[in-house]
Amino acid sequence: MGQAFDFYQILFDQHNHAYEASGEKDKIIIQVGAATCEIAAGADPVAREFEKLIQASGRKDILLKRVGCTGRCAREPVVGVFVPGGMPVKYEQVTLAKVQTIFQTHLQQGQPVAELMLDKKTGKFYEYVVILCSSGQCSPSGGKQLETKLRSRLHARGVDPQSIRLFHGGCMGLCPAGSKGKQRVMMVFPEKILYLFHNDQELDEIIDLQFARHQTAEKYITHADFITEQFFRLYGDVAFFNKQTRLTLRNSGLVDPESLSDYIRNKGYEALARVLDGDPGFVIDEITRSGLRGRGGGGFPTGVKWKNARTYSNDPIRYVVCNADEGDPGAFMDRSALEGDPYIIIEGMTIGGFAVGAQRGYLYVRAEYPLAIKRLEMAIENAGKHQLLGKNIMNSGFDFDLEIRLGAGAFVCGEETALMYSIEGKRGQPRIRPPYPTQAGLWGHPTVINNVETWANVPTIMLFGADWFSRLGTEKSKGTKVFALAGKVNNTGLVEVPMGTTLRDIIEDIGGGIPNGKQLKAIQTGGPSGGCIPASRIDTPVDYENLAAIGSIMGSGGMIVLDEDDCMVATAKFFLEFTQSESCGKCVPCREGTLRMLEILERITCGKGTHEDLDKLERLGRLIQKTSLCGLGQTAPNPVLSALENFREEFIQHIDEKRCAAHQCQQLIRYEIDAEKCVGCTLCARRCPVSCISGKAKEVHVIDQDKCIKCGECYNVCKFDAVMKN
Amino acid sequence: MATATKDGLESDIVKFISQCRKKEHPESYLIAVLHKVQEKYGYLSQDHMNEVAQRLQVPTSTVSGVATFYHFFRLRPRGKYAISVCLGTACFVKGADKVLNAFQTELGIEMGETTADGLFSLENTRCLGVCALAPVVTINDTVYSKVTANQVPELIRQVKSGKNVEG
Ligand SMILES: Cc1cc2nc3c(=O)[nH]c(=O)nc-3n(C[C@H](O)[C@H](O)[C@H](O)COP(=O)(O)O)c2cc1C
Ligand code: SF4
Ligand code: SF4
Ligand code: SF4
Ligand code: FES
Repeated sequence: MGQAFDFYQILFDQHNHAYEASGEKDKIIIQVGAATCEIAAGADPVAREFEKLIQASGRKDILLKRVGCTGRCAREPVVGVFVPGGMPVKYEQVTLAKVQTIFQTHLQQGQPVAELMLDKKTGKFYEYVVILCSSGQCSPSGGKQLETKLRSRLHARGVDPQSIRLFHGGCMGLCPAGSKGKQRVMMVFPEKILYLFHNDQELDEIIDLQFARHQTAEKYITHADFITEQFFRLYGDVAFFNKQTRLTLRNSGLVDPESLSDYIRNKGYEALARVLDGDPGFVIDEITRSGLRGRGGGGFPTGVKWKNARTYSNDPIRYVVCNADEGDPGAFMDRSALEGDPYIIIEGMTIGGFAVGAQRGYLYVRAEYPLAIKRLEMAIENAGKHQLLGKNIMNSGFDFDLEIRLGAGAFVCGEETALMYSIEGKRGQPRIRPPYPTQAGLWGHPTVINNVETWANVPTIMLFGADWFSRLGTEKSKGTKVFALAGKVNNTGLVEVPMGTTLRDIIEDIGGGIPNGKQLKAIQTGGPSGGCIPASRIDTPVDYENLAAIGSIMGSGGMIVLDEDDCMVATAKFFLEFTQSESCGKCVPCREGTLRMLEILERITCGKGTHEDLDKLERLGRLIQKTSLCGLGQTAPNPVLSALENFREEFIQHIDEKRCAAHQCQQLIRYEIDAEKCVGCTLCARRCPVSCISGKAKEVHVIDQDKCIKCGECYNVCKFDAVMKN
Repeated sequence: MATATKDGLESDIVKFISQCRKKEHPESYLIAVLHKVQEKYGYLSQDHMNEVAQRLQVPTSTVSGVATFYHFFRLRPRGKYAISVCLGTACFVKGADKVLNAFQTELGIEMGETTADGLFSLENTRCLGVCALAPVVTINDTVYSKVTANQVPELIRQVKSGKNVEG
């Protein structure tokens, strides 16, 4: 190994020694999230309260740790209590009162508090938790078969199958070449042992030793180094997590994002060390062979982009850029990644800089993410102090520096040419390509622009190899994708799954389905550039090609679940309003065309639309797609066109019947007072902002429909359910 | 070295600008400078923009061009309490439009306006990245999650009485 690797080993040993010396390993760890979402949910006072209790109790064996977001947003703040050797315990929606209970009962008396645990409302304790890998690699025919087998064998061996909680997990990334269908992987808690076996006989031996005799089946334990190991060890026993494959988010929720030491001890900077001792061309080849494609929406092959930038000219000045503008107004993947594990992005960019021959990189971050910015600033400074950025990185002779540039609230600046103007301090208006940024980018020099998640994949690929990475995913879409799951779904949050996972798996298994027993109506992906996928397509495997085939796009990872209460016309209008107001105004089709489309949609949602309007929408939409200068205009009509394609009857209902079945289009709602139910309490009449409700006290009230502005106030205030919404 | 004149930029910003002037591509720091000015004064006044132009040595037209292009920059002072309703997709789906309506009715102002007493201004953002807590409203730096239209009058009363929010 070369200079850089020597440097890395010394660095690793330093941090590892410091860790061992601190005795942290033998301590009880209380983990509290410290991402924007967790803080909004009240994580700060919870952490302070734990700190106070630890101090007051005088216990030196308990350590409070702040970590990034695990992505379990709907249950935040989430608190983890990890007792060495014990089952990892996570508590949900922790309040100050719950802190007291958890501290007294779990930490002082050693009794985990079942009823407060994350996703474990049953309150039942299991002797063991078992996760069977049910990914396509381990179980080409699905995991159910193995489950049945396992349960019957447990039974035969006299073990109560009910004492074991069984999950079907996602790929842990352990699969060597040619292993498809030949090996099985199973993780057992509380020991957190990973078993690897090949046939029924081996399985029987494991059952006998592990579950019947409560010993470990040493022979089948694998100590293979796998990337999601730490994550599975801490979170593997929770259904929301064990279906996922966390590559880019592997450290989020595990490490203290402000600690370089934590990152280094979790395989951080090993990839960079190996890369710096080698040849830049090798990096580009590996990234190309891995099949990694851009995660910012377009899906362009990353290796090809890098090669273009490296070989375009012999310009000595080159740049790399991280696009952290995260413009899709319903997405938060990049924010979580930056807040939860900033170093992985920095390491990825440094590797990229080396590969393309850049001396400087820029992180373009939206100003709305102050915490992400703070974490990045800190990480860049720390990396600089440890010779991981700046001059002569890891003694390799490679010089590279990073700088943060803030956006200022313009969606169009996520577009790469606009983004470059913005970094240069100008108005962010896109320009025609070619020349592409790889040819003439920042200040005219070759520039590689990649999305946050794209960069986050790079260290892992360089560490585990292109072959390993390309085994995850589908034929043309490799690796994993992070989705920000939101809208009408129980488990809103961040989800990272292998490409090719079906929408059903994401929404039902991980997302926990639709709340309040409502019906799924559509899934919106790709934000304002994407489309609505009707519920009937829920079995579609998610990758670039499949989503495009059903009229949507992968996009950057926003996934909004819509149910029967959502009006598709209003949703389409919402997205168009967004793109319309974000149009930079440089070209006519986008600026004026979207305005015309919006006017038509406005008419339809007011019940004044016509059938010709629908044709007009389609014609205009296609024209805008074809003639706009940049991606914003080219994709702006997509939400409308895909809604028209899949939910045309809803538009027609608005036009012909002047009715919005979802009760979302306010102008089409009629509020009426039910004479049977009204007791004449006068409340609605007093609250109506336009005084259009009449009636004497204790008599039935009536709404003057001509004056009513459909504000819904009467409906909201009536205590007798007498106001009807039709 | 120049220190702040009476209405001019304060010395930390002046210092920041002169640091930028020494770097490569000084004009590229314009947006960063404007962020600093807005953070300090709450908005970008014409005088401050002129001073930025002069100190950073970029045309005044460039400064105002940039300031007007980006939505994040405010050209007028905001109220003591800046109410910002998230109108991102997740919040919209969970009824943010109704929350916004409620604020408009309650305060008697439209989006982008400030109440006559200078107490409240109403703004919007597009996704704060906490969609899982939708709909989201921020008042100054405090985040309120899962806000409903019904809670709005009470929320405003609380803020007025000085509870919950730092002024
Ligand atoms: C209007 C518009 C907005 C965009 N916003 C983003 C964004 O917020 N984040 C992002 O990574 N890419 C965004 N893109 C895509 C970028 O132009 C570019 O393709 C991407 O950053 C390249 O990185 P990748 O290959 O890693 O995906 C946007 C494109 C358009 C047209
Ligand atoms: S398509 Fe729209 S956003 Fe893009 S350059 Fe034209 S006007 Fe600007
Ligand atoms: S609030 Fe309800 S019960 Fe009272 S007058 Fe109105 S409709 Fe009748
Ligand atoms: S919906 Fe509003 S305007 Fe219409 S009757 Fe009810 S309170 Fe009055
Ligand atoms: S849409 Fe409101 S926080 Fe994301």
